[in-house]
Amino acid sequence: MEPDTDIGGPLHRFPDTNHSAIINARSDDSSVRRRAFDTILASYWKPAYKYIRLKWHADNEDAKDLTQGFFASAFEKNYFATYDARKASFQTFLRTCLDGFVANERKAGQRLKRGGDMDHYQLDFAAAEHELAAHASSTLSPEDYFHREWVRWMFTLAVDAFRQRCEETGRVIHFQLFERYDLSDDEVSYASLADDFGLDTTTVNNYLAAARRDFRRIVLEKLREITATDEEFRTEARSLLGVGHP
Amino acid sequence: MKWLSDDKLNHLRSVVSDPDFSATKYTFVKELGRGGMGVVCLAEDRELDRLVAIKVLNTPEDFGDRMIREAQIIARLEHPGIVPIHDVGKLPDGRIFYAMKYVRGNRLDEYAAQGASLRDRLRKFQAVCDAVAFAHAHGVIHRDLKPQNIMIGSFGEVLVLDWGVAKIRDDPRSSAFHQTMEGTVIGTQRYMSPEQARGEIDQLDERSDIYALGAVLYFLLNDLKVSKAAQAISAKATATTKESRYTTASELSADIGRLLDAEPVSAYRENAFERTSRWVGKNRFLVLLVLAYLLMRIFLIFTSRS
Repeated sequence: MEPDTDIGGPLHRFPDTNHSAIINARSDDSSVRRRAFDTILASYWKPAYKYIRLKWHADNEDAKDLTQGFFASAFEKNYFATYDARKASFQTFLRTCLDGFVANERKAGQRLKRGGDMDHYQLDFAAAEHELAAHASSTLSPEDYFHREWVRWMFTLAVDAFRQRCEETGRVIHFQLFERYDLSDDEVSYASLADDFGLDTTTVNNYLAAARRDFRRIVLEKLREITATDEEFRTEARSLLGVGHP
Repeated sequence: MKWLSDDKLNHLRSVVSDPDFSATKYTFVKELGRGGMGVVCLAEDRELDRLVAIKVLNTPEDFGDRMIREAQIIARLEHPGIVPIHDVGKLPDGRIFYAMKYVRGNRLDEYAAQGASLRDRLRKFQAVCDAVAFAHAHGVIHRDLKPQNIMIGSFGEVLVLDWGVAKIRDDPRSSAFHQTMEGTVIGTQRYMSPEQARGEIDQLDERSDIYALGAVLYFLLNDLKVSKAAQAISAKATATTKESRYTTASELSADIGRLLDAEPVSAYRENAFERTSRWVGKNRFLVLLVLAYLLMRIFLIFTSRS
């Protein structure tokens, strides 16, 4: 039998709604609200930037300003506190807000120049721009492209979080096996991994199974952070995981 | 942070979508198959220390409880030809699963590909009809009968699998589930009745399963030289209009039984020559005996005259 993971415990269930940044965005406590906002920003800035570039045909400087401006404005005006999970998913809500924001800015007829009392976030736009140039959208609609990039970004963040967690818990080998088998472009077998890492194939199998379970848990934790209700969480989980009917 | 290509992203999605059984008594072993309606896994029941097959359905969340109730009804179908369901439950992500007996053996298509004789194929098919007739008698319509959902076990037993998309007859809520899944056609095209293919969910009844059984029979006969009676049975079962098909799976089974016994079948009206041929075929030993007797008499008559 495969060993249970030591991240989250053997009977770990889904993270509860206490960890929802969407819920916490409504908090009266400004520090809680700030942390919630940071989570939302981290989860959405890159898909938002790419979406603005694609749908609104903004050049990279314009898109940077619009992305910064949108999130700064969202925090200042507390947009996200008005989200109603009964009406749409948070992802749809955020995209709709973003469209509204860009349309208003465009109507104002001038490029945003952020500064003064506006927040300016440290975001790696160069990397986003590089990805955009190297992997231009194919035939997807802007909305589908936004969703696809959001899924990609969520998994990218989850991989990073999984690596960090493995390092913190002394399970670096789990991540290395996962990286070689599930993330690398090279075709590797359990046997070759066993040779490379000095393990037997059963141990490789067990470590990989545990790593995948932990990775799955992290993906779902991240998703829980940016959904407001159980229903929304489950719907988004099915969509994110590519199963069922989103 | 490393860029995840579409291929890697899809791979990770499939890795993560493996069912999470950590809150259940099962341990995931491996995936056995994946289809439009869900994924089937091999899992270990830790309490009973045995392997089970678990089907995880991709159902909308709203229908979870209903699907559990339907699975409970199906679980009450105790018949040697129906794979027993041991357990029904909900995964933490809301997906419904049911655990069933893990059947070792060959699928019907694999069994046929191994060169089974016509008689053996017909006997297995008759057993399938009997299992389906039993389910129908209990108000359950399978809706996805196909060779891949029929197993021939290690001891030659026939088991109909995958009752996950079954419909409980006369239960409006049962059909409502599938009406909600607009644009989704339940079943497998090649074995699907016309009304099912058109998505006319409220029109589905036992005769939709009979169409699928006819298509399975056609599959079994396809690579063999068979009589017109056998072809007629398959044709009648797969008639375009429901009214022209067999009314019950038992009727279909009975016709297969008559075919095996070289009796006239209800689906085909023989001419005198065919009737005689069939009678001769059935009573070959008697005919040979009579012919031998007649030849002997003729021989004796000629020899006594000379």
